[in-house]
Amino acid sequence: MSRWLGLVATLGVLAGLVMAFGVAPREMTQGNVQRIMYVHVPAVWVAYLAFLAVFVASIMYLWTRAAGADWTAHAAAEVGVVFLGVNIATGAIWGKPTWGTWWTWDARLTSVAVVFVIFVGYLLVRQMTDDPERGARFAAVVGIVGALNIPLVHFSVYWWRTLHQPPTFAKPGPAAASGAIGMALLVNFIGLLLLSAYFIAKRYALLRAQQEATA
Amino acid sequence: MTFLRRAWAVTWKDVLVERRSKETVNAVLFFSVLLLFVFEFTLGADRERLAAVLPGLLWLGVLLAALLGLGRSFVLERENDCWEALLLTPGDKSAVYVGKLAGNLLLMALVEAVVLTLFTVFMNVDVARALPGLVLVLALGTLGIAAVGTLFGAMTAHVRARELLFPVLLLPVLVPVLLAIVKSTESLMAGEPLGVVSHWLKLLIAADVIYVVAGLLTFDVLLEG
Repeated sequence: MSRWLGLVATLGVLAGLVMAFGVAPREMTQGNVQRIMYVHVPAVWVAYLAFLAVFVASIMYLWTRAAGADWTAHAAAEVGVVFLGVNIATGAIWGKPTWGTWWTWDARLTSVAVVFVIFVGYLLVRQMTDDPERGARFAAVVGIVGALNIPLVHFSVYWWRTLHQPPTFAKPGPAAASGAIGMALLVNFIGLLLLSAYFIAKRYALLRAQQEATA
Repeated sequence: MTFLRRAWAVTWKDVLVERRSKETVNAVLFFSVLLLFVFEFTLGADRERLAAVLPGLLWLGVLLAALLGLGRSFVLERENDCWEALLLTPGDKSAVYVGKLAGNLLLMALVEAVVLTLFTVFMNVDVARALPGLVLVLALGTLGIAAVGTLFGAMTAHVRARELLFPVLLLPVLVPVLLAIVKSTESLMAGEPLGVVSHWLKLLIAADVIYVVAGLLTFDVLLEG
């Protein structure tokens, strides 16, 4: 099952690369640098979806105490942190030639960085707790509080930077981009989503095997 | 016993322990005095520069003192072998959370009163004009900090390197609260009316509600140890 998922994910990522480098047009002002967006933007979507999965799986775990829910939360958190890391790294690489700086304390950069640190903390709790069952419970609490905190972080950082009421949920997305660019974004998003699902499935199996080996 | 009576029992126990041992309050208060020295030494005696960063310093002082104080609250229960007794409390365990939270709020209110007084005396700032608004911001911000701090404190009491993990977990989660209180303190000290910071107050209220509810619902999971 996960082999098929891996195969489909590989095809999805390849299709994404073809779209990003072959089909999407060269951006007028930024040039080829802009093509990094096809990884940069879908990566953050995938990461936030993964954190949503952490939130849901954590509640499920505290409710049912089913080990599967905990493995899902653990795997999703790791994948989310990796993809958010990819998002931050590609953003810095894009920012240097475009803005002239690797990093700036702009609203969206800051809120992504804060969310990144919260979920690194989530992984730290697991690592630093000796008893895995206790670690699972503690991590679930951090996962729930951390996920609930995301909207608060988003608004507070936005106000901190602009001092004004933000336009509600107005985000530049594929709808704002035209034709081939929007299509390339969508294909890359699906590719990375499949890839993250594959990673989570693999990690889940690994965590289960680990549990069976130690139990 | 009702929920509130059980919560009050925990708070009263904490106050009593603190009154007899004077461990946490003395150390935390002394620590906040030392922080004042550190700020003065590292930033220099330049009045204008100090005044510009004062809201940040004020809250940095409160936050650092809170990191020490809140982290202690559950470590004490472990050191004194009282954890099982907390577990044995009858009924809903969230009463223990409320009791601990109230105790921590008392501690932080004391620290804040001292820090604020010291700042006005040593840094020569006039907060009297902004005080009513400031107290409101302080109260809302403190509830948010203490709500997450109490919850995470119960967790890190069981973890290796807890002195390290507690701030590492707490600080990023508290970013919204911290931004809200520093920004509104800035505005209030500049003499602006409370209406200017109403969006920050709303954010603080939302944060307080979310953290307290999350604490009430998840606390028994942490109390299991």
